[in-house]
Order: sequence, then C-alpha cells, then structure tokens
Amino acid sequence: MAHTEWKDAPGLPDFSLLKRLARDQLIFLLEQQHEVDKLYKVELKPIVSSSDQLCFLIRPRIQTVKWISDLVNADKVAGRFRRYKIIFTPQKFYACETVLEEQGVYGDVTTDEWNFYILPLDDDILSLELPEFFRDNFLEGDQRWVTTAGSALRLLQSVYGSFSKVYGIGRCAKMVYESWRELMEDGEQRTRQPEFAKVFLVDRDVDFVTPLCSQVVYEGLVDDLFRIKCGSVEFGPDVTSSDKSIKVMLNSQDKVFSEIRNEHFSNVFGFLSQKAKNLQTAYDKRRGMDIQQMKAFVADELKGLKQEHRLLSLHIGASESMMKKKTKQDFQELLKTEHSLLEGFEIRECITYIEEHINRQVSMIDSLRLLCLLSITENGLLSKDYRSLKAQYLQSYGIEHLLTFANLRQLGLLEEQQAGETLTVMESKVGKLVNDKTVGKLTDAFSSLAKKSNFRALSKRLALVPKSGEEYDLRVPRDMAYVFSGAYIPLSCKLIEQVLERDGWTGMEEVTRMLNGQEFAVTARSKTDAQRIVLVMFLGGCTFSEISALRFLGKERGTYYVKQME
Amino acid sequence: FVAYRGQTELLGPLRKIELYEMGWNLKDGLRECLVAAAPYGGPIALLKGHYRRSPSARPQLEIYSSSGLPLASFPWKSGVVKQLGWTVSDDLLCVQEDGTVLVYDLWGGFKRHFSMGNEVSQSQVLETKIFHSPYGTGVAILTGALRFTLATNIDDIKLRRLPEVPGLQEAPSCWAVLTQDRQSKVLVANGSQLFILDNTACTPVTPPGLSPQASSIVHMCVSFSYKYLALLTDSGHVWMGTSNLKEKLSEVDTKIKTPPKQMAWCRRPKSQQPSAVVMWDGLLIVVGECKETIQYHLDDDSVLVPELDGVRIISGTHHELLQEVPGACEEIFKIASMAPGALLLEAHKEYEKESQKADEYLREIKEQSLLSEAVRQCVEAAGHEHEPETQKTLLRAASFGKCFLSNFPPEQFVSMCRDLRVLNAVRDYTVGIPLTHTQFKQMTVQVLIDRLVYRKLYPLAIEVCRYLKTPEYQGVSRVLKHWACYKVQQKEESDEVIAKAVSVKLADAAGISYSEIATKAYESGRTELAIKLLEFEPRSGEQVPLLLKMKKSPLALSKAIESGDTDLVYTVVMYLKNELNRGDFFMMLRNQPVALSLYKQFCKHQEQDTLKDLFNQDDDHEELGNFYVKASYKDQRLEARVALLQSAVDEYYKAKNDFSAKTTEDEMRLLRFQRKLEEEKDEQLVGFSLQDTMTTLLSVGLHKHAEQLYKDFRVPDKRFWWLKLKALAEKEDWEELEKFGKTKKSPIGYLPFVEVCIKHHNKYEAKKYVSKVTPEQKVKAHLAVGDMEGAAEAAIERRNESEISTVLSRCSATTDHLLMERLNRAKATAVKK
Repeated sequence: MAHTEWKDAPGLPDFSLLKRLARDQLIFLLEQQHEVDKLYKVELKPIVSSSDQLCFLIRPRIQTVKWISDLVNADKVAGRFRRYKIIFTPQKFYACETVLEEQGVYGDVTTDEWNFYILPLDDDILSLELPEFFRDNFLEGDQRWVTTAGSALRLLQSVYGSFSKVYGIGRCAKMVYESWRELMEDGEQRTRQPEFAKVFLVDRDVDFVTPLCSQVVYEGLVDDLFRIKCGSVEFGPDVTSSDKSIKVMLNSQDKVFSEIRNEHFSNVFGFLSQKAKNLQTAYDKRRGMDIQQMKAFVADELKGLKQEHRLLSLHIGASESMMKKKTKQDFQELLKTEHSLLEGFEIRECITYIEEHINRQVSMIDSLRLLCLLSITENGLLSKDYRSLKAQYLQSYGIEHLLTFANLRQLGLLEEQQAGETLTVMESKVGKLVNDKTVGKLTDAFSSLAKKSNFRALSKRLALVPKSGEEYDLRVPRDMAYVFSGAYIPLSCKLIEQVLERDGWTGMEEVTRMLNGQEFAVTARSKTDAQRIVLVMFLGGCTFSEISALRFLGKERGTYYVKQME
Repeated sequence: FVAYRGQTELLGPLRKIELYEMGWNLKDGLRECLVAAAPYGGPIALLKGHYRRSPSARPQLEIYSSSGLPLASFPWKSGVVKQLGWTVSDDLLCVQEDGTVLVYDLWGGFKRHFSMGNEVSQSQVLETKIFHSPYGTGVAILTGALRFTLATNIDDIKLRRLPEVPGLQEAPSCWAVLTQDRQSKVLVANGSQLFILDNTACTPVTPPGLSPQASSIVHMCVSFSYKYLALLTDSGHVWMGTSNLKEKLSEVDTKIKTPPKQMAWCRRPKSQQPSAVVMWDGLLIVVGECKETIQYHLDDDSVLVPELDGVRIISGTHHELLQEVPGACEEIFKIASMAPGALLLEAHKEYEKESQKADEYLREIKEQSLLSEAVRQCVEAAGHEHEPETQKTLLRAASFGKCFLSNFPPEQFVSMCRDLRVLNAVRDYTVGIPLTHTQFKQMTVQVLIDRLVYRKLYPLAIEVCRYLKTPEYQGVSRVLKHWACYKVQQKEESDEVIAKAVSVKLADAAGISYSEIATKAYESGRTELAIKLLEFEPRSGEQVPLLLKMKKSPLALSKAIESGDTDLVYTVVMYLKNELNRGDFFMMLRNQPVALSLYKQFCKHQEQDTLKDLFNQDDDHEELGNFYVKASYKDQRLEARVALLQSAVDEYYKAKNDFSAKTTEDEMRLLRFQRKLEEEKDEQLVGFSLQDTMTTLLSVGLHKHAEQLYKDFRVPDKRFWWLKLKALAEKEDWEELEKFGKTKKSPIGYLPFVEVCIKHHNKYEAKKYVSKVTPEQKVKAHLAVGDMEGAAEAAIERRNESEISTVLSRCSATTDHLLMERLNRAKATAVKK
C-alpha cells in the first residue's frame, strides 16, 4: 500500500518473523521424531507406509482423533507394531484425550503440542486458520477457541510490542479480550517494547450482512469462484488454458495481483490490457539493442518480465472466466436483488426472484445466501413467505436441509417472524411520534423480546446505503461502498471507522444498543498517539471485500490496518 | 549469660571462634550419645542411651538448634539405630540395623521411611555413612556380608550394590564415600590395601608417597568438596593428597598410634595449605604442610562437623568454629602489618582520636595508590569477622577510606553491609544458624529463607526478604504461602478464624496460590476450610482440580465454566460422567447450559445414543426430530430410513412443528414412490430431492410419473414449467415443447422458451415463441433471436428510452445503418417526452 499523503506513516512490522518462529518450533518438534519419511494428509483410510513410526500433525478435532484411533486399532488387528505420535496444534484438548482413551489407544500414542497460532498470509493479513471457529463459537456455543485467540494476541504483543488501545464489540470479542488480559497478567512482562498498534476486535455475528453480499472486488471474486485457501488459489484448466491446474500464491509479492486485488471488477480488465501493452513495450525495447545492452537486458529485466508475463496471463485467464460467469444476465439480476434488499425496496419482486432462483436450481448456496440476506434485512421473513420458500428449497435440494434451516435459525441468519415481531412496525410508528430518548427505551424493550438484526435502522443511522440515483464512479472510489459497486458500505468497516474516529464508542450509544451492546474500549497505561497501525481481528472470519474496504480506509487515513481473521 | 560469644583465639594460621555456649543441659555431655549435626550451621540430633540395649529404658531422640535450643524430643520406639544424619533440606535420617531408614522433620515429625533393600535387611547393617552430593543426600551401607549398598539420592532411590572387595574377611579398617566424575564411589581400606569401588569394578589403588612403615590405614576422611583425601596410618602418619590419588600434598607424623575418634578436613576454598584435624579423647591435633602440628586439649567429649570453610567443634557445653584465618583478616590483624587494609584501619582509629596521624597513614596508602585495595580488604575482612563490633570497626574504616576515592564502586560495600546484618540476625542465639559469610554465599539467600521457613521463623524470613529486596514472588509471597500452609494445619483454631487470618495476611501479596494452601488444608482433613480458602483464589481454573478431589463437583463445574476454559469444563464433565449415575449427571448438566452444549458436541461424535437421551430428557422434540432426520441419512436400507423418518414425524408433531412434520411425511412418500419406480423402471432414484427426481423422470421420458409427482406434492406451477421446459430442450424434443407451451398459459411467461431454444442453438424454434412474449419482454426476446428489426420495432412502439438504447448498442454501424437512424429519431422523441 503506497500512500503519499502521509509521509510519516509507520512502517509495518515484519510479520515473516512469525512464520520463521512457527517453522523453527515445528522443526524442533519433528526432529524429535527423527527423519520424516513422507507427509500425508490425515484421512480415514489405511496408511500404506512401511515406516514403523507415524506422526500426526492435526487440529484438535474429535473426528480426526477418531480416525487416528481407527488406524491404530486396524494396525493392532493386523498385528503391526508401530509407534504413533500426535502433535496437536495449536493446543491439546482434553476431549481428544478422552476419545483416545475410550477407543483404547491411549497407551499406544504419545501426544505433543505445537503452539502455532498465527499464519501471516500477506504483509497485512494474519490468520489463525481456524475454519471451525465460526461454527464452534456461534452455532455450537463452544468457546474453546477463545483462549487460542487470546494467546495469539499475546504472541503478537510479545513479539512486536504492546497495544496502546483495545476496542471491541461482541460477546466473543469481550471474552477474547478477557482471556488475553489474564494471560498478560499471569506472565511476567520483562521486555518493555514500544507500542505497536491499536486493536479492534469484532465478532462476526455483529455484521452478517456483509459476508452475505456477492463480492465484486477482484480478490473477493477470485475467492468466490476459486476459493482462496491459506493465501493461495488453484486455477483450473479453463484459466490456465492448458490441461493442468496451477496453484498460485496470492499476495503482495505478486506484482500484478497486488495492483488489481482491491479494484472493482469493472476496472480490472482495462488495467490488465494496459499492463499487457506496457509489457509488450518492455519486450520491444530489445529491438535495436546492441550486444551490451542486450546482455544487461537479459540479466536484469528479462526474468522479471517473464515472471510478470506469466502472472499477467494467469490473471487475464482468471478474469476471463469471471467474465463468463459473472457478466451473464443472472449475475446482474442477483446483484440487483441484493441491492434492492439492502436498500429495502421492491421486496416483493425480490422474493419472487429468490423463488425463481430456488425453482431453477441456480445455485444451492446463492439461494440460501439470498434467503439469509432477506431475513436479516427484513428482521425475519413473514410466516407465509418463510414456509413457502423453505418448502420450495427442500423440494429443490432435499429434505436434509431441514437441518440446515434449523442451524440457520439458531444463528439468527434465517428466521420466521414471530407474532411479537409485528411490534417492529408499531415501534417505528411510535418512533415518529415521540422523541429519541423514548424510542431508545422502547427499542431496548423490543430488543429484549427477540434478537433482531435491526439492519434497517442501523443502515439509516450509519448511512450504509448511499442515496440511490447518484452516479458512482468506480474508478475513483470516494468511500468504502465501492467494494459493493457503490451500493453498500460494509457495516463492520463502518463501525471500525467510526470508533477510531471518535476514539471510543461515545456518541454511538444507539448503534451499539441495536447491535446488542457488548462494546468496550480499553486504554493501556501510556498514551502515544503516534501509533497508526490498527489491528482488526474478525472473530469468525472476514471477507476479502472487507479487507479491501479497510485497505481503502487505511489509504485515506494514513493508517495501516492489519487484519486478522479466523 | 552471653548469647553470642564470638571470642577469637588465634592458633598460628588457624583461628578458633566460639560460636555459642550451648543452651542445652546435658547431664553426661555427649558421652554415649549418637550425634549428628547438619552442615551449614544446621540442627543437631542426639540419640541418648542407645548403647544400653534394655527394653525397659528406651533411648531418647532429641533435636537441637546449633545453639542448643531444644526443637524436639521423643522416646525412640523403633529398631536399633546405627547412624543418624541430616539431608540437604534439614530432614533427619535414622538408619536402623535392618536397613530401614526413617525420615523425620526438624520438629521430630515422622515423614516417611524407606528400605535399603532385602540384601541389607538380611545381612544387617554394619556401618553407615550419609553423604551429600550435587544429586542430593545419599546413604551408603556396609552390610554384615561385607558388601556395600549405596543410594545416591534418597528422594529418588536407586539402590546400587557395589562389587565385592577381594580378600575382605572382616570389617574394613576404614572407608569413605567419594563423588567423582558424577558418580558416587566408595574408598575402602583393608589393612594397607586401598580399593576404589564404583558401579562395575573394584580397583586397587596406592596413594603416592605413603610412608612404607604403615601396615594399616586406620582412618580416612574426604574434604567437603570431595577434592582432597586424608589417610591416617597405624604408624601415626597423616597422608594428605588429592582424592583422585594422583598427588600427595604432605605427610605428617602425629606420633600417636592409637586410633582416633574422628578426623576431618579444615580447609578454606582456594586455600593453598592443606590442613586436617584429628581428634582423640581429650586431644585435638591439627596437621598441615609443615612437620609441626598444633595440639590442644579438649575438656569434654566433642564432635567434629566439617564445613565448607572450617570445622565446627561441638562439645557438651560449647560450640566452636575452627578455621584457617581468612587472607584479608590475616593481612589486617597480623601484628605490625603494613598491608593497605591494616594502614587504613589504623588511619581511621587515629581519625576517631582526632589525631593528625590519620593523614599520615592515609598518605602512605595513597602514595602506593593502594587505597581502593585497602577499602576492599577492610570490607572483605568485615565479612569474615563474627564479632559485630569488629565488623563495624572494619566497615567504618572502609567507609572512611571510600571518602578519599572518587568513582569507587559502592556495590561491594553496600551488599556486604546487608549480608552482615542478615548473618548477624540468623547467628543470633535464638535462631542458631552460625553461618559464615562464605557459607552464606555458597548456600544463597533462597536456601537461607527456606531454612528459616522450615524452622517456622516466618517473621524473620519476611524481614530478610524485604531487607534484601528479594522479588516478592520468590520472597515474601513464598514465605507467606508456607506460613499459611502451616497455619491451616493448626487444629485448635476454627475454620473462620484461620480463613480470616490467612486472607488478611496474604491480601496484597503477589502471586499467592490459594489453591495450594487449600490443598494443604484438605490434606489435613479440613474440607470446609479448604473451600473457604478457595474462595480467595482469583483464577477460577486453579480451584477446579481441588474441588474435584474434594468431591465438590457442582461447585467445580460452575468454577470451570466461570474460568472460560473449555478444556477445564470438559475435564469436569468427563469426570462427572464417570462419577455420577446417568440421571444425576444429566440433571447437573441441565443447570449448566455451557457444559451441556459442550457435552452435546462430544456426544455428536462419540455417543449418538446419549445425545438422544439428552434431548429426550429435555423434551426437546424439535432436536429429536432433527436427530432422526440425520440418522435416516446415514442408513442405507429404505425400511430403516422410513422408520426413522416416521419417528421424526412423531417428534415434530410433538414439537408442534407441523411444517417439518408434513415435509418429512412428504419425504417418506417420495421415498416409497422412488423405490416403486426404481423397481418398475430400473432407474436410479432413491435419495434424490423432489426436483431431481422429476428432472430424471422427464429426461427419460416418464412424463406421466413426473406429472403425478407434480400433482401429489403440490409442486408450484412455475417450478414444474421451468423443469419441463429445461428437460424437453435438453432432449431437443421441440415438438413436445411446442405442445407443452400450448397446454395452458405459461406461468413463467414465454421469454424462457425463447432463451432455452437459443441456448440449444435452435433459432427457428425460438422464433415461434417471440410473439407470445409479454410486451415488456418483447425487446429482449427479439434481441435473443437476433432479430434487430423486430427489436427496434418493439422498442419504438413502447417508446422506452432505455430499451431503445439497448437495441442501439447491439446494432453495428455497417449493416443496420437505416435502423439506427430510425432508432435515434425515436429516442429523441422519447427523450423529449
């Protein structure tokens, strides 16, 4: 992220240090195991290896431990004697040991822990790589990862210096903060490093709307279409225009990607063709060169150009395949429906569109996404709509999705309006009659009746949806809304912007009330305002659109945002 | 009565300091007593009257401090004791004849016992030595079978039986334990032969230069550091050398040929001169490098206690320290010494007298620029002096000298003052730990505090910690914790009083683990007190293990949940699961939602049936329904699946969830239908969703059956039309499609017809439907089939600006020139409007 506005902006700390740290730890662990013969992915299938020592490096999941137990038991039946070692990362859970015990293999395996918390995916992205965080924490009510997140923060603090200020919103955020504070109190703080950053902790369930919207920023689209895993993506044959798939690392090392990742998709093609022209000119330079120049060219530039060429052709391939999929009628209509839902008009038409979407089996996930977006923006579906849409969905995709719907309801993502919900209507009517303070009280009372998303009111208060009808030049974004074609500013990012601007939650009481409270802001001992690095931690994952929005914000304010996600 | 005597006698290179006049009152002195005194000024144990073996008179075991203050006394009721000794942590070891070793604490409390093995108990103990090494305290035993058994660390007993000594017919004349090369070895003398026994071998050795007239080695001793060895022969010669027997340091003739009572090294660390002390009845001889010996008389039966930097001599009435005079002291106090320290002391004396000579002395030192050396000497000497007045004089002189030095580092002076204050305090008669400064430095403050704590001198320990500014965590807090652990064992006080006292004292100390104290309380049988104390523990996680141990499981569970540590909750839940009967267990979980949800997660993977029971108990019919639905998908057999779905239906009805119940019933019907068709038509269908089933049916031309599903399952018209449209186009059955389009008015309009035909590249068919499309979609339809004219027509007719623009954008300037003109005109008019 280059920015000329703020010459004195702090440099980002070197996160590759974390990578090295983790690697050294792992090597240390593995070297105790002597030579590693071969690496396998843990799956439920017999291991064909003549090695008499097996070492498993796994997440502490009950399912995986069960697989391993089965493997061990199978070996026992076959009369094979091997030594087994399980390395749990980031930590060992008692439940896993219980499983080993119940499966009768506790004595056969030895266990170890590898306290690996954070994977730096890019210069400004750190990840805990815990895909189960969301499900465990928000659906199952299992808070086991809270301490993991706390430990990760402590690790960052011990390596890069303490945090000057901590903000947060959400129940989980609060727990993570508590856990981290306890860890800090327990451990002795010997090194007094300079302060490193402000931290913003945010629960994913504070803002469900943003991840439900289709992404239109390049990196987001790549993720939606090809799935970015651990900072790399696998482009299929249709992109590479060969018969092989290619795995590509996507980060700021990739010169082409780093320039287009945050761009709205409509700009990407123009940029790429310009780039191609430049490249051609660079290649053309060699014409009319003498031997000496040619030598220098080959030595210095050619490799870089070749590399750039390769990347460019890949990204052009990727955008082509996006174009094919996304500029079709369907996608335009999908976006239109999403925008209508966000703005809250022509809801009937939207429902009809969703119905058709389900009936035509366009996409299982997209249909659900639309249903959830509808439910959240509308504070739940009318009983009639809910039932009919659900019935149709089940007809399309099978009755097992009864369970899907049950889970979505539990998360508050897809709900049926209860009788009490009609109060909302009343509430808004009353709201027009009495003053703000009374409304506040009423809202409190209503919120206690049911957990509601209050999206409409939030959107109004925070001006998330720009007035329609205005032209939005996507080439020169004026605010974070550009990541959704100018139709919506991500709620999470808006909150972060507001809180950092106000240096706290004051003046946002109503907003936090609508978000079910649980906000906090803690200042560390010393006060230095020079810090402009902000660490945003999304508990339960974040989208690339949000990352792009925060990068935009960072550019505007001369701040670095370091994102961390689960 | 003088508590601290500190009289110093100079005996050539040695000095004898009187430490205490003993506070005990022993009728017969130390005669007929088994005595053991711990090094580093540790406690003294006496076993009185153990030589009289009559059952009527039991021996008495008494424990005293170094100053002779009684700590414990009790009659000895166990077997015959062969040897007493102290461990490095001030525990008393009593080695019995049968090889059993009993361990007592400083206060005479029995701690534990251990055996030195069968072999020892069978052949009985002949002789025993207790020794210290970096690995702890060890015990070496010579058995009646003339074999040695040895344990290097009594806290981690590994018995080693050493090899046999060749030619040994009776008890060896003397032996000792050595620690060399990280191994404990035994050095045995059989007559004039000397052997070293280690784990594997018995090696004969000869001390270099041992005088030939000796026919037997009658006594031997090893220095405190195990580096030096002294041997006494029957000819009365003392041979001194290194313990590896490679070097001889000196040999001195004592001219006494009777065997001595005890022999010990008396040597300072880093000292150049060897010196050993040999004790006979009433006589003590110090032998060194020169041929001359120093002798003096002992009035009383005495015991020698070797120390790091000297030998303590304990008699029935006195306690003395015999040591080589430390270098700094010698320099300063030697008569007519001209050492810088001596001059500085003199200068200060004159200064006190306000005499100008002070200046002369000072000048003298300064001229040789030895002032800093002088100060250093004075400070060091002060450290070696026992008399506080002498210490003060020396320190004052040092401080005086310091005034004339710029940039002299103050640390040495300051820390010496501190150390001395602490040393004087612990040397006090009431405390009775006569440590020298050298010993103190070797032992470290940590250990000193431990010893004070062990002697229950808590206030003094805290004072020392505060005075030496020991970090709270290792200092004051640690002492307080020990105090509290001791306090909770006082049976006479009530729970409330103790809990209050503990909390008041420990309130603001950092790093106190209340759970540890509570554990102690629980171990001494005070569960209630333990619970009270746990309340003070701020980290709820720490409370859990003890609560479980005390069988306070509900409390443990809520504390675990409070701690926010999921793993801890799991631990408690699993513990409870094994501990309680199922009903109680479920009831307890029911009141703890966090624990319940965790347990459910566990069951999902591990115990499906338990999960069902849990839902049953809660009457959670909704979840039960979901459970059965899920189960039905895992089962391969149709009958089982239907049966499970039926259970789900029942549960959904109970949950008043008619919607789910109906849907599930539909699913059962669908399954049966699929099965029937599968049998009839041999088409893979079971498990498909309704939509997929219909798609499959249509694609293989089973329109009737699809139609039937459409009716039976109240499939919306739109869906069916979409389906059929797609299926027919897929098969390119255009005739059927046309028929279908005419059955009734399409609920999805006719644009999809157009589009689907185009998708399958059939423009001809597509055109058939263009006319049927609603006016709003006309333009799109025309465009889809590539009919520019038609599109333009429709757009112009509708006078819709944006539609006109759309058409325009699709026209190419070369072919549709006329059309474009028309459109542009129409656009202009439309805009005008």
